[in-house]
Amino acid sequence: MCDTCGCNVTPGNKHLVEANGKLAWVGKGKTAVDVLQGLLSENDHQAMHNRQHFDKHQVLAINLMSSPGAGKTALLEATIEALQDRYRIAVIEGDLETENDAKRIRAKGVTAIQITTGTACHLDAHMVHDALHNLDLSKLDIVFIENVGNLVCPASFDLGHHRNVTLLSVPEGDDKPAKYPVMFRAADLMLLTKTDLLAVLDDFKPEKAEQYLRNLASEAPVMQVSSRSGEGMQDWLDWLDQELATHRARIQNGEIVRPAIQSDGIRLHATANSPTQHHGPTHRHE
Amino acid sequence: MHELSVCQSLLDQVNTIAAEHHATSIEKIFLQVGPLSGVEPELLQSAFPIARADSIAAGAELVIQQMPIQVRCKTCHAETAAKANRLLCGECGDWQTELLSGDELLLERVEMLT
Repeated sequence: MCDTCGCNVTPGNKHLVEANGKLAWVGKGKTAVDVLQGLLSENDHQAMHNRQHFDKHQVLAINLMSSPGAGKTALLEATIEALQDRYRIAVIEGDLETENDAKRIRAKGVTAIQITTGTACHLDAHMVHDALHNLDLSKLDIVFIENVGNLVCPASFDLGHHRNVTLLSVPEGDDKPAKYPVMFRAADLMLLTKTDLLAVLDDFKPEKAEQYLRNLASEAPVMQVSSRSGEGMQDWLDWLDQELATHRARIQNGEIVRPAIQSDGIRLHATANSPTQHHGPTHRHE
Repeated sequence: MHELSVCQSLLDQVNTIAAEHHATSIEKIFLQVGPLSGVEPELLQSAFPIARADSIAAGAELVIQQMPIQVRCKTCHAETAAKANRLLCGECGDWQTELLSGDELLLERVEMLT
C-alpha cells in the first residue's frame, strides 16, 4: 500500500480497511501487513520496462487480441502490404505451438519473432521482453504483438504496449462484447473483421456489436474491415497513422501512453507502476 | 486459464513481504478480486495449494474478498451498482460511466507469525 497518500484505496474498498472495517482486524500474536498492491505487480513492472524500451526508440506497440481465427494474422498481412513502404514494421507472434503465423509474416518481408507459450493461454510482459532482445527497435516504427487467440486471459496482462486492438469477426456473433466484457473493456479500438461475410451471415448486426461495447462504458471507436476484400482497411490505416503521430508527440512531451485498461489501473495500482517501489530487472538496454 | 501464474506472482510478493518482516510462517493472505479483473476466485483458490507448496506460505489460508461493481455516471453523477456486461448508470441509463470498483486484483493484507 502506498503509505503516503493511500492512492490504492478506492471509494469502493475504503470502508473495508478503515478502523473497525472488516479487514482492519488483526489477530492477537500475529503481524498483519497491509499491502494493497497490484497482484500482477511483477508483470506490471516488467511491462513498464518494456514500454520504456519502445518509448526510447519512439516505437508504437500495438497488442492485437481476439478469439483464435478472428483474422489477426490476415489483418497484419494486409496491413504490412499497405504500410511497408512508409513504416518499418515488426511482429511478435504468440501461439501455443508452431511458427506458422511468423512464417506468414516473414513472407511479407518483415521480421517476426515467434513466442510459443506451450500451455500458457496468453502472453505476458516477460515473454515480450525476451522477444524484444531479438528486435532492433532503433530500426522500427511500429511493433505489432499478436497475442494468443483467447478472449479471456490476454486482457489481464500488460505487455508494455501502448494500444489494445480487439478484433471481433463476423462469424463469431455480435454479442461477444456482452459475453467477454473484460476483454472488450480493454479495447482502445474494436475492429469488426471479415465484414465481407456480412452478406451471408446476416444475423450479425454491427450496430448491435457496438451497442454491447457501449454497455461496457467503452468509448473505443468501432471499425469494419475485410482483409480479404480491402473494404474498410483505409479507416484502420488512418487510425494507425494517427496513433503513431500522437504517440510521438506524447513522447516529445515526456508523457507515457498506456492501453485502455491500465488507465483505470493507474488509479488502483499506482504503487505497482512506480519505478522506485520495485525490485526486479535492473539491467539497461542501450 | 492463468490463475496459477497469478498465484505464483502473488506468492512472490508474499515471500518478499515475509522476508522484510522476518516472518517464520504465513498464516493468512487477503485478496480483493473484482468480477472485471479477469481472474476467477474459485480457480484462484484451487491453484493456490499448488503454488504455495514448499514455500513459507505452505500452511497459509487464502481469503478472497469479492468486490462489487460500482460505477459513477459522468452525466448525472449518480453512483450505482452494475453488472459486468452492463456498466450503465443505474439512475439515468447513460453508458458514459467510470468504474469505481470491480476490477480489483489486489493483495490487501498478509498475516504472518514473526
